[in-house]
Amino acid sequence: MRITCPICGTRDRREFYYQGAAEALHRPDPEAGEDAWDAYLHLRDNPAGRTQDLWYHEAGCGCWLVVDRDTVTHEIYGATLVEARHAD
Amino acid sequence: MRFSGLRVLREGLTGNKGWVPHWRDPEPKSEYDIVIIGGGGHGLATAYYLAREHGLTNIAVLEKGYLGGGNVGRNTTIVRANYFLPGNSEFYSHSLKLWEGLEHELNYNVMHSQRGLINLFHSDGQRDAFARRGNAMINQGDDAILLDREGVREHLPYLNFDSGRFPIHGGLYHPRGGTARHDAVAWGYARGADSRGVDLIQNCEVTGIDTEGGRVTGVQTTRGAIKAKKVGIVVAGRSGQVAAMAGMRLPIESHVLQAFVTEGLKPCIDHVVSFGMGHFYISQSDKGGLVFGGDLDMYASYAQRGNLPLTEHVMEAAMTLMPMIGKAKVRRSWGGIMDMTPDGSPIIDRTGIEGLYIDCGWCYGGFKAVPGSGFAFAHLIAQDRPHDSAARFRLDRFRDGVGLMDEEGTGAQHNLH
Ligand SMILES: Cc1cc2nc3c(=O)[nH]c(=O)nc-3n(C[C@H](O)[C@H](O)[C@H](O)COP(=O)(O)OP(=O)(O)OC[C@H]3O[C@@H](n4cnc5c(N)ncnc54)[C@H](O)[C@@H]3O)c2cc1C
Ligand SMILES: [Zn+2]
Repeated sequence: MRITCPICGTRDRREFYYQGAAEALHRPDPEAGEDAWDAYLHLRDNPAGRTQDLWYHEAGCGCWLVVDRDTVTHEIYGATLVEARHAD
Repeated sequence: MRFSGLRVLREGLTGNKGWVPHWRDPEPKSEYDIVIIGGGGHGLATAYYLAREHGLTNIAVLEKGYLGGGNVGRNTTIVRANYFLPGNSEFYSHSLKLWEGLEHELNYNVMHSQRGLINLFHSDGQRDAFARRGNAMINQGDDAILLDREGVREHLPYLNFDSGRFPIHGGLYHPRGGTARHDAVAWGYARGADSRGVDLIQNCEVTGIDTEGGRVTGVQTTRGAIKAKKVGIVVAGRSGQVAAMAGMRLPIESHVLQAFVTEGLKPCIDHVVSFGMGHFYISQSDKGGLVFGGDLDMYASYAQRGNLPLTEHVMEAAMTLMPMIGKAKVRRSWGGIMDMTPDGSPIIDRTGIEGLYIDCGWCYGGFKAVPGSGFAFAHLIAQDRPHDSAARFRLDRFRDGVGLMDEEGTGAQHNLH
């Protein structure tokens, strides 16, 4: 499995640390209540198929990436910087 | 049909013409009292104990493929009761006791072999942690012996005791730990359930869960709609998808775990050996293959195969621990889909929907749990209250943070177990 980092180019999976569903980017308001926080921290769609998750380019540029990939085939469609998403 | 040595002898002498299929292949009825979704180890054991312990037999087990084609037939078959935390401790202790009577009870040879399990340690700190775990096991009524380096050497002379990074200081020995023949466990429970009247329906994928006014009323399947008063979800790696049919999101992320087997060798590894610091464990199957594995690939996956970096990592750990393994040829590797919870411990509970129950979150350790989980899930479904051995496996423990069972002490967060 190889991931194309927008900064470093195509790199081996070993350079990246997997964090989990990209849902982690949508942090609820501190006062949002137990249900919202439970959903954010623990509950997952856990899709079999196309998904977006967070990877950290630990042995490369040190950027956080949103990787668009397929959990059934392991195909990787692309990756974008978390930072770029938050800008728009 | 009862199995016995005499019967094997007679069949052998008469051309093996008297054997009959171990279970029926019935058409699904339009209605059952209880429908169990998933014909893996846990689903089959649940059906068996519903019939045996609670006298309920108007039951169907619906399996999308063939019985035992999921993780129950893909695992590395380790059976043990060496957990530390309350909740896990009593549950796995109970499960091991069920294992110990299983072959007689099922009249089926599941090849349960209590060959002993040794967890290695490599530092003073780890020794303390293992001594504490051993005490917890003994308090629970199970067996544990703390071995020093020479004690380990007596059992496992072939290890490399002086590797630079992880020299072996000793091990925690659990003599009642061991292995079993995974397929036979599924088959034995299937036969036991079938003979008590449970319908085992294969090639029957559940595609929807019907509810009415907050109560479950049945399921939709690829072989038609089936009504049911109670429904149990026991689908391991597919838990998220099946729960979604009832509008639920689970605290589960599915990951792939790989395993490997070598060509058959003469007996050389008598125990189950676990080298936690290298994420490596090994045993030898009765056919002679060395069966070994490591950690998760560590990303969400539904592919029943992993990637090469983990394979390399496992092979490196193998060579570090027992250089002799370098001479063996690896024959096969495969993967299975693990239902990982945030704290690494399972769930056996009711859901927000009346009559709908769920048993999931077995992570990479659910084979040893098959008898205990079947027993506890059957109790929950039959009596609508948890069995004592599994009362702490609550679905909502993450929500309130009360009663988390984080054996590794890494935090109740996805991707840390
Ligand atoms: C490589 C590997 C090594 C392992 N090693 C060990 C070990 O040494 N010790 C240990 O204790 N555990 C181990 N495990 C874990 C253990 O195998 C699992 O936790 C356990 O088998 C899961 O429960 P099960 O047997 O019921 O699952 P499964 O056998 O996967 O059963 C679930 C069933 O549900 C069916 N299903 C799914 N969706 C549907 C649907 N919509 N409709 C109908 N049916 C459906 C599936 O087809 C499947 O047959 C290992 C797992 C793997 C992959
Ligand atoms: Zn990079």
